[in-house]
Amino acid sequence: MSDRQELNRNLAQMLKGGVIMDVGGVSRMSDPAMIKGIQNAVSIPVMAKCRIGHIAEARILEAIEIDYIDESEVLSPADDVRHIDKTKFNVPFVCGARDLGEALRRIGEGATMIRTKGEPGTGDVVQAVRHMRKMQSEIRKIVSLREDELYEAAKELAAPLDLVKYVHENGKLPVVNFAAGGVATPADAALMMELGAEGVFVGSGIFKSGDPAKRAAAIVQAVTNWQDSKLLAKLSENLGPAMVGINADEIETIMEERGK
Amino acid sequence: MQVGVLAVQGAFAEMEAYWREEGADVFEIRQLADLGRPMDLLALPGGESTVQGKLLNDLGLFDPIKKLILGGLPVFATCAGLILLAEKIDDPGRRDATRPEKWFGVLPVAVKRNAYGRQLGSFTTRGDFDGKHDFPMTFIRAPAITDVLSDEVKVLSTFGGKPTSVRWRNITAFTWHPELNATA
Repeated sequence: MSDRQELNRNLAQMLKGGVIMDVGGVSRMSDPAMIKGIQNAVSIPVMAKCRIGHIAEARILEAIEIDYIDESEVLSPADDVRHIDKTKFNVPFVCGARDLGEALRRIGEGATMIRTKGEPGTGDVVQAVRHMRKMQSEIRKIVSLREDELYEAAKELAAPLDLVKYVHENGKLPVVNFAAGGVATPADAALMMELGAEGVFVGSGIFKSGDPAKRAAAIVQAVTNWQDSKLLAKLSENLGPAMVGINADEIETIMEERGK
Repeated sequence: MQVGVLAVQGAFAEMEAYWREEGADVFEIRQLADLGRPMDLLALPGGESTVQGKLLNDLGLFDPIKKLILGGLPVFATCAGLILLAEKIDDPGRRDATRPEKWFGVLPVAVKRNAYGRQLGSFTTRGDFDGKHDFPMTFIRAPAITDVLSDEVKVLSTFGGKPTSVRWRNITAFTWHPELNATA
């Protein structure tokens, strides 16, 4: 593994136990001028989305020295088959995954952080839960295999063998794993941590609610103290109206289907 | 030895692994009740100093921990931990740089956050550290120590002529991440 990949995995380690707040738009990469404005205003890392397979958008984001690129199914995919070869970039990438095979394929392509795909913009956490549970249960299964069974497992997962071996030996992904999609309350965030997430992404769940600042602060604390139910009860009080939820099975474009 | 690792945000798991490797018993500090346990050393891990500072305040941990540090409890701090300890944040223009309630402000050094640039400026190098040679050092969106504000501060390592780790009284602090290379 290259030095740069290692450094990029390291940055994801620094983000653990935290909340990544998504202020970006949908369909295409945001205006670089807006991204630069955010970079100049805050000392925390700034992440921006590019379309799946859109090498040029990724190069533009690298040129303005973004800290992390989210090659995201939330934007309309530029390539309906291939993802970006992320090993060719110095800047780190996070990618969505619904199961272990998808996560390991993205890591094989150079992603240095993984998140669940969830179903963004719905306030419905069911997909994030499904993906996180599936990934964790597949990890446990790989750990339980005999070494000579890993070849067949890699074939079934359609994932690189060396990464399947890593999971077998370490019982976890080789990169940090966050929850994303539909997290709208402190309890949602605590649920995802309980299921094995190392941090959460939030977007519309905060920004489409009644009091975004208060809700954001409560979710940040919930991620740190997800095991303390009394504190979670307090954090959940008087947050104002939550975003209006849409059942994920009622929407027409299923974004999680984008990019496998 | 009982090591308390601040676990509000960041690479606390790596810091815990580092101290377990050193043979210590490790516990996490996530809320006030955790400070009731006997502690021989406080470890402040890497992460986002702005976020950690805010959580320390929101969770009521800030004043009690500051009191422990001023009381002489040994402290081991990396990256964001160093920023939380620094007396001066040399970061003009950032709106949170001059808010003393966010920083412990006990270690007589000035630090500049993200001094080597954004993530593309992150790097590894090897160098002398506290009498040891060829020591691996990983800098992730690292701060720099731009000034040493007391003669009592001992410089343990440097990069490009600037200190990258220091010892002062009960505090040892790094701009880089010894805990990341320990398990690598």
